[in-house]
Amino acid sequence: MIAIVKYNAGNITSVKNAVERLGYSCVVTDDETLLKQADKVIFPGVGEASTAMNYLKEKGLDEVIKNLTQPVLGICLGQQLLCQFSEEGNTECLGIFDATVKRFEPKLKVPHMGWNNISDLNSVLYNGISDQDDFYFVHSYYAEIGKETTAICNYIVPFSASMEKDNFFATQFHPEKSSSLGEQLLLNFLKL
Amino acid sequence: MLKKRIIPCLDIKDGRVVKGVQFLELKDAGNPVELASFYSKNGADELVFLDISATLEKRKTLAEMVTQLSKEINIPFTVGGGIQSVEDAKLLLQSGADKVSINSAAVLNPNLIAQISDAFGSQSLVVAIDIKKTGNDWYVFIKGGSESTGILAIDWAKKAEALGAGELLVTSMNNDGSKNGFALEITNAISQAVCIPVIASGGAGTADHFTELFQKTEISAGLAASIFHFNEVPISTLKNVLKTQKIPIR
Repeated sequence: MIAIVKYNAGNITSVKNAVERLGYSCVVTDDETLLKQADKVIFPGVGEASTAMNYLKEKGLDEVIKNLTQPVLGICLGQQLLCQFSEEGNTECLGIFDATVKRFEPKLKVPHMGWNNISDLNSVLYNGISDQDDFYFVHSYYAEIGKETTAICNYIVPFSASMEKDNFFATQFHPEKSSSLGEQLLLNFLKL
Repeated sequence: MLKKRIIPCLDIKDGRVVKGVQFLELKDAGNPVELASFYSKNGADELVFLDISATLEKRKTLAEMVTQLSKEINIPFTVGGGIQSVEDAKLLLQSGADKVSINSAAVLNPNLIAQISDAFGSQSLVVAIDIKKTGNDWYVFIKGGSESTGILAIDWAKKAEALGAGELLVTSMNNDGSKNGFALEITNAISQAVCIPVIASGGAGTADHFTELFQKTEISAGLAASIFHFNEVPISTLKNVLKTQKIPIR
């Protein structure tokens, strides 16, 4: 069973549909037991960092997520919340990844919205995916590049398109909205 | 590099695609899910669905369509038409739409922009603006272009951004249906006046019109309906043309 973390963030329906299209059954839940028992956990999200963190703390989900031992995939805001700190609402995040989340300087359009290529791929999640392939992004904040970065995207500045540490994986882009390559990445995660 | 987006727009009435789309490949060209899958496989970067029935009793039909689309479609899609309230937007977003677009309702009640943006994030909200040139200036029109507001296009674009729009979809009524190309100057001027992405709409008749759009302006995306629906310019062909012109395309 795949569990998707239920919280006050958008875009969860699309993630659930994508997982089901790939032939996996999944449950959207904020139940601690179900999250701990799941084979894999997906931590999606579109929204505002401080609002999301406050909600996770209220529900005790911050500790549950940090202590998960099975493969976990953060998506978009999910990746940002797995970092140390976000400039969005000056938010202390979950601290899995040793990175700070910053706001794009508006030298180009913000949000960074649309398809962009990624490079320097270094993760099992990219099996069957090539350097410079395009994925779909929608975000105004980004995680800095650090030792946990597994792919780089460049928009205004180079930033972490994806990250990985132990059992925690994360992408800034939306695999569930990135056509067949996004499905390939999700499948690679689900097969871990 | 961020790619320029190509966006087919599908008009929906009572849960069906209208405008007599004809593709040999499709069993049922009126089925929004089937047509959307077709476009998605052919390289569409996003899709826009505009509900032109948009009466209260049809709202549920639209939400059901969005649910089906969300199950099948693996690229982002926007749904618009008749959204009057945060509740209307919520129903469509929870059914799986990535974004909703609002048009007349935003002009009549600008606070709706802030309400939807605050509730679901600015990335979920496209403000659609219909503009028409009167004398030397471009004005905002509402109610399907039937009513002038006397508001300057650039003023409204800035206000929509300030209130929380995540993106603007600008349709030039002077160009719409003409197949003579996009309204480059005003759409670019609007884009330069705001920090959020702008989608140009109205006037696409050939692949060259998209080339021109992306070479002469900073516009993020181009939207069209009939040239795709009648297969005058297949999306894959259009993208090849744009690539040979060195325009960043997926």
